Amino acid sequence: MALKLDSKIPSGPIEQKWDKAKFEMKLVNPANKRKFTVIVVGSGLAGGSAAASLGELGYNVLCFCFQDTPRRAHSIAAQGGINAAKNYQNDGDSIYRLFYDTVKGGDFRAREANVYRLAQVSVDIIDQCVAQGVPFAREYGGVLANRSFGGAQVSRTFYARGQTGQQLLLGCYQALERQVDAGKVKMFYRHELLDVVIIDGRARGIVTRDLATGAVESYAADAVVLATGGYGNVFYLSTNAKGSNATAIWRAYKKGAAFGNPCFTQIHPTCIPQSGDYQSKLTLMSESLRNDGRIWVPKQKSDSRGANAIPEGERDYYLERRYPAFGNLCPRDIASRAAKVVCDEGYGVGPGGRGVYLDFSDSIQRLGRHTIEERYGNLFEIYERITGDDPYSTPMRIYPAVHYTMGGLWVDYNLQSTIPGLFVLGEANFSDHGANRLGASALMQGLADGYFVIPYTMGNYLAGVKPGGVDENHSEFRAVKEKVSGQTRQLLSIRGRKTVDDFHRELGKVMWEYCGMGRNEAGLKHALERIPEIREEFWKNVNVPGSEGELNQSLERAGRVADFLELGELMCRDALIREESCGGHFREEYQTEDGEAKRDDEKFCHAAVWEYAGADKEPIRNIEPLNFEYVHLVQRSYK
Amino acid sequence: MKIILNIWRQKDVKSAGKMVRYEVPTVNEHMSFLEMIDVLNEDLTRKGEDPVAFEHDCREGICGCCGFMINGIPHGPERGTTVCQLHMRHFQDGDELWLEPFRAKAFPVLKDLMVDRSAFDRIIAAGGYVSVNTGSAPDGNALPIMKQCAEMAMDAAACIGCGACVASCPNASASLFVSAKISHLALLPQGQAERDRRAMRMVVKMTEEGFGYCTNTGECEAVCPKGVKIENIARMHRDYIKSAFTYREESTAGGAG
Ligand SMILES: Cc1cc2nc3c(=O)[nH]c(=O)nc-3n(C[C@H](O)[C@H](O)[C@H](O)COP(=O)(O)OP(=O)(O)OC[C@H]3O[C@@H](n4cnc5c(N)ncnc54)[C@H](O)[C@@H]3O)c2cc1C
Ligand code: SF4
Ligand code: FES
Repeated sequence: MALKLDSKIPSGPIEQKWDKAKFEMKLVNPANKRKFTVIVVGSGLAGGSAAASLGELGYNVLCFCFQDTPRRAHSIAAQGGINAAKNYQNDGDSIYRLFYDTVKGGDFRAREANVYRLAQVSVDIIDQCVAQGVPFAREYGGVLANRSFGGAQVSRTFYARGQTGQQLLLGCYQALERQVDAGKVKMFYRHELLDVVIIDGRARGIVTRDLATGAVESYAADAVVLATGGYGNVFYLSTNAKGSNATAIWRAYKKGAAFGNPCFTQIHPTCIPQSGDYQSKLTLMSESLRNDGRIWVPKQKSDSRGANAIPEGERDYYLERRYPAFGNLCPRDIASRAAKVVCDEGYGVGPGGRGVYLDFSDSIQRLGRHTIEERYGNLFEIYERITGDDPYSTPMRIYPAVHYTMGGLWVDYNLQSTIPGLFVLGEANFSDHGANRLGASALMQGLADGYFVIPYTMGNYLAGVKPGGVDENHSEFRAVKEKVSGQTRQLLSIRGRKTVDDFHRELGKVMWEYCGMGRNEAGLKHALERIPEIREEFWKNVNVPGSEGELNQSLERAGRVADFLELGELMCRDALIREESCGGHFREEYQTEDGEAKRDDEKFCHAAVWEYAGADKEPIRNIEPLNFEYVHLVQRSYK
Repeated sequence: MKIILNIWRQKDVKSAGKMVRYEVPTVNEHMSFLEMIDVLNEDLTRKGEDPVAFEHDCREGICGCCGFMINGIPHGPERGTTVCQLHMRHFQDGDELWLEPFRAKAFPVLKDLMVDRSAFDRIIAAGGYVSVNTGSAPDGNALPIMKQCAEMAMDAAACIGCGACVASCPNASASLFVSAKISHLALLPQGQAERDRRAMRMVVKMTEEGFGYCTNTGECEAVCPKGVKIENIARMHRDYIKSAFTYREESTAGGAG
């Protein structure tokens, strides 16, 4: 059965769509708000801002996170900054330009109306965060400072040293704790969502496991919000936190929420290269470094000289050479692929030839060490701590790594999934970034969704339903709880010979090799054979020690990896069918003469929307056609 | 290289714990400390033993999840470094180390090296914020803020809530953590309206949660991975004393007509 996808894009000119939608939305009477309970899963920028704002409006909010406190959500790790179309620099920025840059940067695979709204509310986000006391960087005159970021020619990124995500999240966490104090939000930390509960076709609650005690619990509500972050950890090695997972969205998918563009993943160009097999994660070096760092490789293959011994004339600043207009600031997908190309050709540096230089010597000479220290001091420190090398005196070595997932649960203009009452925010939804996200735009999107979109669209939904009517004793809650506990018992009963991480690493290698920076038909077909084999072995041979009713980190990981083993397959399937290259999805068969991504707008100007069909059935691929009325479809060029 | 680890093993909140000795023979100097424990845990799992529970998430020194004592020092011997960012190149072949959870009355041990730090959330909930609802903010540049103030506020706001300061303090005081938040907001104009209330409520909450008083031993500053300065505690004390004179709980007399 094909899904009926209604994107609910309001009619009218793009500048007026959101105002019109807000005006037409139904409102909940203030006295009735406290009769509604909303579950928010996730306390990152998207979930935290949603929970705080919904609490302020008067709804009863139950907020969940798997860490020991909401302040640890992975948004905390974002370094570089957050975009907003403030045009404080008077350099030609505007809402329209941010909209345009985002649509183009996403290689025309996002919904225009959503992106426009994102650009519109971006300005309110900065105001809100400043009012909360977020210590953004300032100029001497006391006004807010900006920097530029990849994929943009204007300076619109706001930042707080190299800890922008941390400071934005703390602002949002403090707003959340204020609502906890006011009794409007109840916070459940160390609680992992294991399933959503659908009753009469509506999302009515969730089943969780208390990670400290192992208790499986049910929570009923009038609506459920998932803001559980991205699924980059399907690759095992990524810049995501160790606990970042796909469990919430994957289990919702299996309950009927369609999944949009699963294969759209972003590989970030500037990460610290892997150092050994024991590697547990990869560390990002903020893209803001590309403002003042120059990327190069030796002109000679397998050059074994140290970076500083290679004379200027023997260095290939390949981004500046290939993309003179944007140079080191070209979009992420392009910079990542270019690094892979030079390394594949044998010009890479460092162990295994998997690295390129990011060199600050010119800017240190031009601006002085002090300025560089002020801008990037903490990043340089991170680098030195991890590698033991000093980037002030030798260039950094960097290599691309999995960083962000543009794909996610499909949502309409109101951020509602295909399950009524189930809303999805932040990186967890298939979002506004199309096939490639611009730097500093994820923080913007998370906060736009949570502070400025969901408060309206949630009200509109709740105004159309009666509060309550279902509680945790409903037979469906009991059935879901039983199913969840069954899976846990099964995982614990296998007692095989391989660890959870053995399987995760194996899956990661397949994904990186065949569904990473470059993809092709043969590779993807191979992956589609391999992944089910790994999955089958997992369910026969994994060793999950310990028991159910206790704090058990192996069990937590096992459940997450079980989901990655299914999601990975869907990603490869999606990548195989999309016979074009766009943004981060690079199909080697479809490229221009000079190696750039070649879209096929005739056949693929749409979002792929996958529908779960049952355990042993092939999922169904639906499409949401994309219309570009404002930004005209052109081949992206950053030359 | 080979590292010998004596690790505190405790089944759950109620059980008693004890030190257990392990050897990790295949440590590489580029590994992080937590990656070394990963290797140990993989090994224990293969042998059918229970792996060591420890808290971690970002492994980039920013989320504040990780933290335990290494030879009596929270986060281990490197200054300004969380344990997830501590690399094995700082240790030598044959080193013997003792790993224990953070110890404080307000931080009950959950399992092995993991403790419950939720008391920190409750302190923030008592007043560590600016009361401004979504949507009511003026333009971001309407309020110029001296660059230096913003920088100082940022220094205090850099706290990651790891709890190392508490673990290092002979009084198990949370003063560095609490004062970091009080200072962050006290240094900015946005924080002025609630400055007294914040100081009063957060300090009172800290005591209620079972943290001790500050006697200026300075251990906290030495172990703080984010370089939060003890001068913040002085600011907290000033604000707290001042608030005792000026702050009154809200009147409940209604004003509505
Ligand atoms: C290293 C790094 C640097 C970055 N830098 C930037 C930057 O400079 N600018 C920018 O714009 N973007 C940046 N990004 C991207 C951006 O940080 C993220 O996309 C964004 O913060 C995601 O926010 P979120 O709220 O959607 O999810 P998260 O912050 O990941 O929050 C997810 C929440 O969901 C909870 N959760 C997850 N699964 C479950 C479950 N099963 N049960 C219960 N709870 C669950 C978690 O506990 C957490 O609270 C960066 C990302 C990384 C990894
Ligand atoms: S003040 Fe320092 S030691 Fe204390 S919680 Fe904050 S970061 Fe950790
Ligand atoms: S794991 Fe996040 S700070 Fe160490």
